[in-house]
Amino acid sequence: MQFKPYARSLAIALSLAFVAGCSSTGGTQDGSMDGSRDGVSTSGAANGQVGGVGVGGTGQNGQQAGIPGVRTIYFDYDSERIRGEFEPVLNAHAQYLRNNPSARVMLQGHTDERGTREYNLGLGERRAKAVERFLSVQGVSPSQLEVVSYGEERPAVSGYNEDAYAQNRRVVFAY
Amino acid sequence: MKRYLGLWLAACLLLFVQQAQANLTIEITRGSDRAIPIAIVPFAGEGLPEDLARIVSDDLERSGQFEPLPRDSMISRPARGEAVNYRDWRAVSADYLVVAEVTAEGSDYRVRYELLDVYGESRLLGEVVTADPQRLRAAAHYISDQVFEAITGIRGAFSTRIAYVTAQGAGDARRYGLHIADADGRNSQQILDSDQPIMSPAWSPDGTKLAYVSFETERPAIYIQDVTTGQRVRASSFTGINSAPAWSPDGRQLAMSLSRDGQPELYLMDIASREFRRLTDNSAIDTEPSFAPDGRSLVFTSDRSGGPQLYRYDLASGRVERLTFTGNYNARGRLSPDGESLFMIHRGNRGYQVARQELESGRLVTLTEGRWDESPSVAPNGSMVLFATQQGSAGILGAVSADGRASFRLPAARGDVREPAWSPFLN
Repeated sequence: MQFKPYARSLAIALSLAFVAGCSSTGGTQDGSMDGSRDGVSTSGAANGQVGGVGVGGTGQNGQQAGIPGVRTIYFDYDSERIRGEFEPVLNAHAQYLRNNPSARVMLQGHTDERGTREYNLGLGERRAKAVERFLSVQGVSPSQLEVVSYGEERPAVSGYNEDAYAQNRRVVFAY
Repeated sequence: MKRYLGLWLAACLLLFVQQAQANLTIEITRGSDRAIPIAIVPFAGEGLPEDLARIVSDDLERSGQFEPLPRDSMISRPARGEAVNYRDWRAVSADYLVVAEVTAEGSDYRVRYELLDVYGESRLLGEVVTADPQRLRAAAHYISDQVFEAITGIRGAFSTRIAYVTAQGAGDARRYGLHIADADGRNSQQILDSDQPIMSPAWSPDGTKLAYVSFETERPAIYIQDVTTGQRVRASSFTGINSAPAWSPDGRQLAMSLSRDGQPELYLMDIASREFRRLTDNSAIDTEPSFAPDGRSLVFTSDRSGGPQLYRYDLASGRVERLTFTGNYNARGRLSPDGESLFMIHRGNRGYQVARQELESGRLVTLTEGRWDESPSVAPNGSMVLFATQQGSAGILGAVSADGRASFRLPAARGDVREPAWSPFLN
């Protein structure tokens, strides 16, 4: 599900239509756009276009075939310990990254929605860093790895129940 | 070390003009048992675009400190103090009475209002306010402020604003917005729109800027945006976490949590020079800083003792003191304007709730009843606390009086609303 360019563009197009549909007054732009700001903006129309181009176009097609298919691992409550069942997943990513020294991956750490948002950013980072350490021990170059924490800001599943929490406590490999 | 010295990014402001469905509406959920009965007589005057008496009445009721008399209980509807028959108001047990008349004056409106003490049979306030049609609601909030202060002795906070974050849609279609609105949820404007998360809006002490965290580059960075012009600057975008901006009371410094040196630590950024000073140094998460009103210390969250607890960092000495000891989860502390009470998210038996701790006694009181309450933000007069809570599956804003006796909520028409930030006094 992560970062399929066309899916994302479609989503953006849909959200654009949504914005256009609910905003009869539209927006006015009283400043120049800075091109470096993908996906964010101030005028609904400009925004969608910038986001669609900038975010979707990270072109990894040449490497796509070899990237391990499982790109999300899950964690226990209040824990950054890597569960045994996910070690084979991490080993597969480690092998791929060792074999493809030019490949880079962003390790995106997430928490469930309980607790305070800023503190959860810290907890999400701990999970992503635990994965980073694991991969480093497996011989992956630090230059191939980047850690980013989204805390509870990008839940995979919405809902306030244990099932949703379990699916949200995760680290995603974003190549 | 990456620094973005003076990198000003032009942003443009979305001028949503009075989108009714974007406004938050108010629902009183719990009135205070100590509320003062007051009658706000419908303002005399023809063809007014706003029901000003209703706005004043709603403001006062929302504060939890007043119980406005229903209109159908009013025996008479005087427009001026000299026309008031006080017996009419004693008969319905109103302690205070507000009467007013509005007259057109060119394209403006002239509002002449009086606050009367029913039992003392005396006039406490009498004033004329002139407003153009776009400022009529503001004029009503001003009157609410004056009435509130005349009776309680506490400065009114009805002419303030709130900022909040919205999220709509799921998965890749999710969109995030940063909005500002009047303190009653009306006149909302979106000032940022993104397909990546927006977090932690914080008002500058003069009310002209918001600092916030945006993931628009797919990594968190702290931005400072001028609320009126939309101009903004990227203040901090180091590798790792850039989060939890908090303004110093003089507006010259921004405290924040950065993980550029490993784990999240507190830093102080001088806004003019962009110089960073690291405050904490340990293997724990240190985050959610908030300045004490006197600017001499910061309250922050740290899990250095295991779970998250609140600590105070003394800026002169660097000394750290633990403040919370009740329970194993206390986070995102915010001090009251007098510096004597600490509001926070406290995990108790029923979940995560807003709590208040008196610093002197250490006594902690839970104020809210949600299971996943978040992000307390204290009104500039200390009378109310805004926070994020749930209604069904949707995130909404709630507010509770500082004593916990009164509460209301501000549901949105759709989507999730969270991370409220109450502005400072703006007048």
